[in-house]
This record gives sequence, C-alpha cells and structure tokens, in this order.
Amino acid sequence: MGEKRIIVALAGNPNSGKTTLFNSLTGSTAHVGNWPGVTVDKREGTYKKLEKPIDIIDLPGIYSLSPYTPEEVISRNYILDEKPDCVINVVDATNLERNLYLTTQLLEIDVPLVVALNMSDVVRKNGDLINVEELSKKLGVPVVEISALKEENLDSLMAEAYKAAAKGRVGKTVLESKELLHLIDDIKIAFKGKGVENPLFHAIKLVEMDELETKSHPDLIPMVEEFKASHADEVFGDDYEALIADARYKYISSHYAITLSKKDGNASKDKLSRSDKIDKVLTHRIWALPIFVLIMFIIFHVTFSEDLLFIGRITALAQGVAFDDLELITDPFWIRFLSADYLTPLEELAPLNGVPSIGVWLQSQFGFCTGSLIEAIRGSFGGGFIGIGMEEHWFTSLICDGLFTGLDAVLSFIPQIMILFLFIAILEDSGYMARIAFILDRAFRKFGLSGKAFIPMLTGFGCSVPGIMATRTLEDEKEKNRTIRLMTCFSCGAKAPIWALLAAVGVYAGFDGGIFVFSIYLLGIAAAVIFALFMKLFSKDQYVSPFIMELPAYHLPQFRNVMAHLWEKLKHYVIKAGTIIAASTIVIWFLSNFNWNLSLGMVAIEESMLADLGRTFNYLFFPIAPLEGGWTNISGWNVGDGWKYSVSTITGLIAKEDVVATMAELGLEEGTIFLQVEGVYSFALFNLFTLPCFAAMGAAYGEQNKKEFGITILWWLGISYGASLICYWVMHFCRTLPGLGYPLLVVLIGAVIAAGIIVSNRHKNAQRANA
Amino acid sequence: MLKKLDELKKGETGLIKKVEGEGRIRRRLFDMGVTPGAEVYLRKVAPLGDPVEVTIRGYELSLRKAEACLVTVEVK
Repeated sequence: MGEKRIIVALAGNPNSGKTTLFNSLTGSTAHVGNWPGVTVDKREGTYKKLEKPIDIIDLPGIYSLSPYTPEEVISRNYILDEKPDCVINVVDATNLERNLYLTTQLLEIDVPLVVALNMSDVVRKNGDLINVEELSKKLGVPVVEISALKEENLDSLMAEAYKAAAKGRVGKTVLESKELLHLIDDIKIAFKGKGVENPLFHAIKLVEMDELETKSHPDLIPMVEEFKASHADEVFGDDYEALIADARYKYISSHYAITLSKKDGNASKDKLSRSDKIDKVLTHRIWALPIFVLIMFIIFHVTFSEDLLFIGRITALAQGVAFDDLELITDPFWIRFLSADYLTPLEELAPLNGVPSIGVWLQSQFGFCTGSLIEAIRGSFGGGFIGIGMEEHWFTSLICDGLFTGLDAVLSFIPQIMILFLFIAILEDSGYMARIAFILDRAFRKFGLSGKAFIPMLTGFGCSVPGIMATRTLEDEKEKNRTIRLMTCFSCGAKAPIWALLAAVGVYAGFDGGIFVFSIYLLGIAAAVIFALFMKLFSKDQYVSPFIMELPAYHLPQFRNVMAHLWEKLKHYVIKAGTIIAASTIVIWFLSNFNWNLSLGMVAIEESMLADLGRTFNYLFFPIAPLEGGWTNISGWNVGDGWKYSVSTITGLIAKEDVVATMAELGLEEGTIFLQVEGVYSFALFNLFTLPCFAAMGAAYGEQNKKEFGITILWWLGISYGASLICYWVMHFCRTLPGLGYPLLVVLIGAVIAAGIIVSNRHKNAQRANA
Repeated sequence: MLKKLDELKKGETGLIKKVEGEGRIRRRLFDMGVTPGAEVYLRKVAPLGDPVEVTIRGYELSLRKAEACLVTVEVK
C-alpha cells in the first residue's frame, strides 16, 4: 500500500451513457452507496487493466455545475474539494451541442480533464463524422472516441486519463468577450490573493452571481456590482448569468460545427428516426393514456396477481363454481419431484383453476423453503428437548420464531422486489419513464407531485417495500419524502387478510362486507389526495420544482445495466432493510414470549410482556382500544378485548399478515369480534394508515435521511391515530343518533369535502395574488 | 411575430428572443440550452394539455406551460 491510489471521476449529462461506461470499466468491483446526507446513488469501483489499479467514482448525472439540484452540488463539491486526479467527461457524441455545455464549465476547474465521446459507433452508423483532433485542439484536453456499450477504446481512454492525471492542468475558459475576461481576471487575482483554490472557476461563478459563491465570498460582490454598472452589455444589460450561458453556447455552436460533418446536412429534422416513430404512438394525444394503463396493468399483473391472466376466474365461471384464490397451484413442483410423487394424477398437479403470477409463485417457493427450514430446525432441536419431557426450549424458539421468522420476512419480499424492479429498470433504461412523467405531470402537479410518483404509489397497492424503494426515481427530495409518507394510504397486499376478517364481522355488526372492503381502498385513495394537498398547503416552501426535463431518445434496455441495477437494489434492500427487520422481529418475539419474570421461561402470549404493555398503554397503540375494552366490560376500562387489538397491531409490524394471526391466537376470530361498525372502521383505518411493516420502515430508512425518516414515522403514527379517533367518534355519534344516522354521516363527509375545496381555492387565489 | 413559447402551435418553429423568470428556473432553462438565439420547434403537447415537448439544440426537451411562458420567441 503506502502509495496513493489514482482516483478518476466520471462526470456527464444524464443519459450520456456514464453508468454504462462505469459498469464496463469496473465490472464486479462496483459498489453502490449514498452520497452523504442525500439519497443520490454513489457508485465506486476499480479499473484494473493498467499497471496500477485506478479507483473510479461515478458522479451523478448533471447538465451544469450550477448550485440548484443536489446532484449538481454533489458533483461540484466533489471535484472542487476531493480533488480527483482526473475527471473523465462523458459526452453523448450524438448530441454534442448540449453535452459540451457542461464541458465548458469543467474546463474552468484546475483538474486534469479527458473528454470521452461516447456512442461514437452510433455517430458512425448515422454516417456522420467528428473530427476528434480538431475538437481536442479547440478544447485543449484529450478527446477519445469510445463506445461504452460495445466496450470500444476503453483502454485507450483510461491510458489517456492516466497520462493526464500525471500532468495536472490549470483551468481555462472558453468565454471570449474582452470586457468580461477583464472582470474575471480581476476577481481571479483577488481570489488568488486570498489563497483560494480554483480561482478561475470561482471567479466566473461569482460573476454569474451563483448562490454558493455569493454566500462564501460576500466581500467580493461590490467589485462585481461596480463593474456591471459600468459595463452594461448591449443585449443582456447587467444580466451576466444569461450572458455567460449564452456565450458558452455560442462558443460551442461556432466550434463544434467545424468538427462535426453530418451526412445529409439539416435534412435529418424532417426524417423520423425509429425513436420518433415509437414516441408518436406512446405519447399520442388519445392513445398515450390507454397504452400507459395497459403497460402498468401488465407489470402489476405479472408481479402481484394471484390469478394469472384470470385463468382461474374464467374456468370457474365456465364451470359455474365459485373461484377460490387458495386453490391455485403454489405448491413447489420440485418437492413433488424430489419426493418422487409421480403417482398423483396430472389433473391434481395442475388443476384447471388457474396459476399465480410469476411474482406470487416465486414468493410461495421462497416461503416454502424458509418454512421447511424452520420446521426442520425445530424438529431437530425441539425433538430432543421435548423428548426429555420439556416444553419447547426458548433457544429453539429464538432461532425458529425470532431469527428465522425475521429472515423469512426479509426473504419473502425478494421475488416481487426483483420482478418489479426488473420492469422499472426497463422502463427507465428505455426512456419510457420520462414519458410517464410527461403524460401524467398535469394530473399530479396539483398535489405537489410529479407524474413519476405514480409508479411508487401504484406499486404500494402490491407492497409498500418496493413502492418506497421506487421513490428513488423521483429527483426532488421533497417529493420523494411526501410520496413515502403517502405510501401507507395504498392498502398493500398483506393487509387484505385484515379486511377479509373485518368484512366477515359485518354479519354481526350490520354492514355489508363487500362494501366495507371497497370503501377501505377508496378511503385510502381519498386520504392520499387529502394528505398530499395538506402537505402541499402547509409546506413552508411553496416552490414547485420545475419540470424542465430532457426526454431521451428511446433505446433498447441494456441487459448488463438492468442486471446491475437489480443487483444494487437487492443488496441495498437486504443490507439496509434486512438488519432492521431481523432486529425488530427478535425484539417483538422476546416481548411476546416472556413475562416480566424472565427466569420462568416462555409463556403464552396472553401472559407476555407484550400483553401487559398492551393492557397498560393500549390507548397509545390504538386509540379506541380502551373504549372497546370498557364496552365489553364495565368493571374496568382496560380489562376487555381492547388490548388484544393493540397487541395485534404491534405484532403486525413484523408483517401485516401477523395482525390476523395474532388476533386468532388471542381468541379474536369471526364470531368473537364484538366490534360495532365504528370500531371496525376505526381499527381498519388505524391499520391502514399506521406504521407499515418493519420491512417497509427499513426501506424508508434507506431512502430518507435521519431527520426526514423521523418525521415520516411521526406522520404515520399521527394520521393513523387521528383518523381512527375521528372516525370512531363521528361514526359512533351518527349511529347512535336516533332517526338521522347515516344520512347525517354523508352530509358531514360532503361538508368536509366542500370545505376542503373552498380552502384550497382560496389558497390558490392568494398565491395568484402574490404572484 | 413575437409570441410566448407556450402559445406556439404544434409544428411551429421560433427563435428565442428573451428568457424571463428568476433564480433556479431561469438558470435551469439556460443550462438546458434555452438561451436567446436558439431555435425551438414545438413538437408535441401532452395528452392532458400540459406540458409541451420542444426540440432545441438537437434534443427533446419537455417543459410546463408555466415555464414556457417565460420564454419569448420570434415565430418563423
């Protein structure tokens, strides 16, 4: 060791093929983390084909070094402060004009720079030609033609970077106006006097009145102001930000034209490329939305459906029998194979009542594996202990019910996460994701979200874990946080058993089960709309992030990029979420299997610490629990069934399926749930909105910084508590009021909606008046 | 004829004359190549009527009407 490793940073526009280049250069050495403080991917890896290994850092994709987006600030600070030995500027050779704009800014920093003209194979295929020598001479830095995808010329690119790193470089600018250069020179000298590094870069940014620069060097502003007053430009006045941006583009268009010779001049504008033809259909005025709905349906059907292609329902209909999800083949076929069960008739192996989607099927295979493993361990451990006349030993239970159940909770999500992210990676890589934002922007903007938020939200109906992980596609940090907080409004698949159980209670409490389940989903969506408006209304910063976005050309997704993306997601989930899930599951296991006198060994859940906690603090966990407790037993308000709902809600944190399981364990089943309609709704809404399972909380922890994650947890607790309390009292009041009853409830809901519309309109008008 | 970019019809081309707005929105427009002198071609309007898609400096850019109205163009 001893000697410092050479560090090369990759910088470039989004969609310039930077990540493809990174994957090609680093291969299996790549690993992904977060940049400090934000959830922007930080990729690091090593290039090993030169005499010495070179560390490679993939900076976030940016269009400029301005100070506004987290990506820009990260890249800028990285290059300025961490001082990589060389920066490789990845440039999309098929769109030199815009890509070189960033190059002109990178040139101004005192760092060795090599320009990689990526996708040069496409340029050649189009019959165009770029004069590399000329471009290199103009820019004053090495320029290398590469194809990251076909791995062409990567070795010579790295050799150039290696050479450049050894030489060092002093920043230079492409700005040509004499007066401007004069001003920049003066400021540069002042910066040098102060001992500031990269004086040229800082001087130009100060002339642009760049936020970061004016904050760190307020003493130099008068100098700029004075100059501007005396040297107003004829076109731009004292608007130097516009002047400099314009000068950069002017420089590029006057020089790159020489280096680029197009095959057929300007005629290409009228010719439709394949990408244009695809786009014509996918963003068509009329067909865009139906096609989008169809694509979404296919993705979610393949990932989450219990009845692929509705074969089960169709055959059930044809045979005139009721369809039952539970009869689908989710038995691992290889188990039959291994146990040499060839005698079972084929019809029984593959009954005609349908097959599950690949996601559900894989999940059941995973579940079967971990389930059998747990039972096998229990058998080998427990058998011995039970053999000498003991109850199950606590250690067996710790391994089986604590550790492995936690592991099972982590693993069971993997199949669906992988399949869903396979689709998301394809959507992103192909360029369709940007079009989704384009198509849906108008509908979502009203709620302070962008069209891209649609995918995480829709995913949330399947499972909150991939839903929360999918928020990474949202550029805006604030929007990401909001979308994560809204996630519990979308009832995930694991909550369905709770609704099914409560629907069955309808027979006793006097409501229709079908309408109940439907209303829960609807209430969730309505709540999401209300919460989104609420968050937008009460946000301190009313700034809406601009939607000035590139729509990249469509292209076939690259197998390696998609696989790398999947691998990253998987690792991220298992490491970040996995540790939280496993640890919290063990804590819950401990609380529900022991009483305060630990030495007595394991106890039934009714006698556990968890039950005691539930009895003591039940109003903390589920607001109506004491009421329901008092309702069944008047001798004390917390000795009834209420605490059982609290305890079930807590064990539901491991996985929402556990809510029903724990309720059953505590004796709350169809026929023994004595809740009135307000109790049912209140309990349902609480479970809908409250903390999702540990896996989803782990995912949120991975996507948010500590402070935002804390707010998210409080938000989930707050809305679930508030909603279930309000729901309980309003419905209780309406039900017990003679005569009026439910019509009053409808009127009340109508009044709330009307008030909401009025408030939001007023707010809008006030904003307009301000603007 | 001078028009705001959001008033441009589908298929029309214009030359950018002025970019208004402030702070990060304006800067973002500049960074994406929306500067005076550049040529824009209005390619498409989203199915719900907003945002719009333009061709500028050889690539496709989408922006909301609220942002497009900051840009003044001379219709060709």
